[in-house]
Amino acid sequence: MSMIAFFGALESGLIYALMALGVLISFRILDFPDLTADGSFPLGGAVAGIAIVSGFNPWVACLFGMLAGSAAGVITAWLNVKLGILHLLAGILVMTALYSINLRIMGAPNLSLLGEPTVFAPFIEDGNGFWVRVVVAGVVVLIAKLVLDWFFSTEMGLSMRATGSNLRMAQAQGINTSWIIIVGMAISNGLIALSGALFVQTQGGADISIGIGTIVIGLAAVIIGETVITAKKMFWVTLSVVVGAVLYKLFIQIALSSQTLRSIGFGPQDLNLVTALLVVIVLMLPKYRSRLMNAFGVKRKSDRITTD
Amino acid sequence: MFHSTHTFKKLAGLGLITAALFGCSGNETTKADTATATDTKTVAITAIVEHPALDAVRQGAIEELATAGFKEGENLTVNFQSAQGNQATAGQIAKQFAADNPNAIIAIATPSAQAVVAATSEIPVVFSAVTDPVEAKLVSKLEGSGANVTGASDALPLEPQVALIQEILPNVKNVGFVYSPGEVNSVVTLKALKAELAAKGINLVEAPAQKSSDIAMATQSLVGKVDVIYTSTDNNVINAYEALAQVAKEAKIPLISADPNTIERGAAVTLGVNYLDLGRETGKITARILKGEKAGDIPVYLAQSLELGVNAKNAADQGISIPKTVTDRASKVVQ
Repeated sequence: MSMIAFFGALESGLIYALMALGVLISFRILDFPDLTADGSFPLGGAVAGIAIVSGFNPWVACLFGMLAGSAAGVITAWLNVKLGILHLLAGILVMTALYSINLRIMGAPNLSLLGEPTVFAPFIEDGNGFWVRVVVAGVVVLIAKLVLDWFFSTEMGLSMRATGSNLRMAQAQGINTSWIIIVGMAISNGLIALSGALFVQTQGGADISIGIGTIVIGLAAVIIGETVITAKKMFWVTLSVVVGAVLYKLFIQIALSSQTLRSIGFGPQDLNLVTALLVVIVLMLPKYRSRLMNAFGVKRKSDRITTD
Repeated sequence: MFHSTHTFKKLAGLGLITAALFGCSGNETTKADTATATDTKTVAITAIVEHPALDAVRQGAIEELATAGFKEGENLTVNFQSAQGNQATAGQIAKQFAADNPNAIIAIATPSAQAVVAATSEIPVVFSAVTDPVEAKLVSKLEGSGANVTGASDALPLEPQVALIQEILPNVKNVGFVYSPGEVNSVVTLKALKAELAAKGINLVEAPAQKSSDIAMATQSLVGKVDVIYTSTDNNVINAYEALAQVAKEAKIPLISADPNTIERGAAVTLGVNYLDLGRETGKITARILKGEKAGDIPVYLAQSLELGVNAKNAADQGISIPKTVTDRASKVVQ
């Protein structure tokens, strides 16, 4: 893997980390299996894309995209807590509706942003784009992560964690859980849409198909992150998700660029298979960690780890 | 404290495995080495998804490169990557290619082409199977973009299509069009076809289907409303062409298609771009670039020659007979 390809994976991973942070809030913190992501990710891209083409500042365009995503999250949550529709179904319904809405917003299935201003463009000059985009995406992710860490230490953030871990207990404590779920879903899908808004600016355009499989990547990032960094403290939990998203994208890059895989007969059509296998290896790691440690001759330390 | 050391151990273990995998990909310098020894060129090819038409483009391009003296495995290295239908992967492939710095990149279909053009402004890019390269902002104009991009468009000239429909069904009043609203090529075709038909006083009835599994239902919605169903090169429609043909056969509605491959899969008449030929044109353009021409000086190739196919059995099943004037012109006749 060349340096530039490595940075490309890093950039893509960091942008998807925002999406994964959103998935973390719905799936892990609120315990709300939310499939809105496949619609809110392209929604963020579509709204930001149209705003940029209409002459808005790209950062403002990202904000618009984020707000649109939040609105989608509010609708999913509202369908669930007010109308009593099963959360899985509520997410599927909103995702389905968003497909048509995204087509309406973009006016066509594909909206080109080639040559349009982006949040990355002002910092890019002759050939440094590959690392500048990583830095810009990294700063956005860092800000989002720190804001989330702070939010989950506030009273509302703690109420949200309580709502997710034990709904009845939270209600008994006088927490308005419906309201908390709506706010949580707004933040979750806002982050997912922001991710989509940044993504289309690195991609040369928004396409109606960019949302397909978003939730799968988000879940993979959360679970890989949890495997790599096991923690209860919010600081480490949010960090683990970012690491998980970056790792997932790195696996795809390895699958794309490894000559060894090519020479042993893996072709371009096996990309998804190889990526899945790499993820399985990572998920197996904790189980085989002690055996690995033994193999590397660090027996005593590994003993200590397994006892904690 | 204890917790974080635990974490770092894990990271270290993961690092080792990742390093091992990275190590595997370390032998990529061969390209540069051989380039200095002989004059080996490298062409990177990417497609948004693998499917018969797009595969034909790639095959045609590689064949034509060989004809022009760039033989794969001899003095040409071809690196093909498919995004497996995933946009995010298309972006990563584009960046990977930009990093590999090949002599030219062939990008098949609009989303892949956009990702590649966004990733590099230096490496020559030859797009293919893009219906509207100007609308997709790949090039500013068709007659030589001046930038690092050129290619081959599969935009369908619709005048001969409409003329063919009228030749087969002189009294046609309503034409049904099954398509997916999520495919940019189909939406572009829809608009143009509507205008073209309106000028002849013919009505277009739309039947949108978002997934391949919706095709049968969309087709059923046309029964009783249309004299003929026309389909373009829509991926979802092509994937589920048998479902469409089934409905057409039962309802006795003739099927006219713009994809030559559908002649064996249920269409009565096909008139369309031969994707192998489009790939050959793409290969010709790429060869010119490998020989030193600037991509920006080469005009975008527009598909011109259309291939006419007739399937007499399907036509009979769908309740029409094909005029002899059409059968005589056809380059492919299935009895």
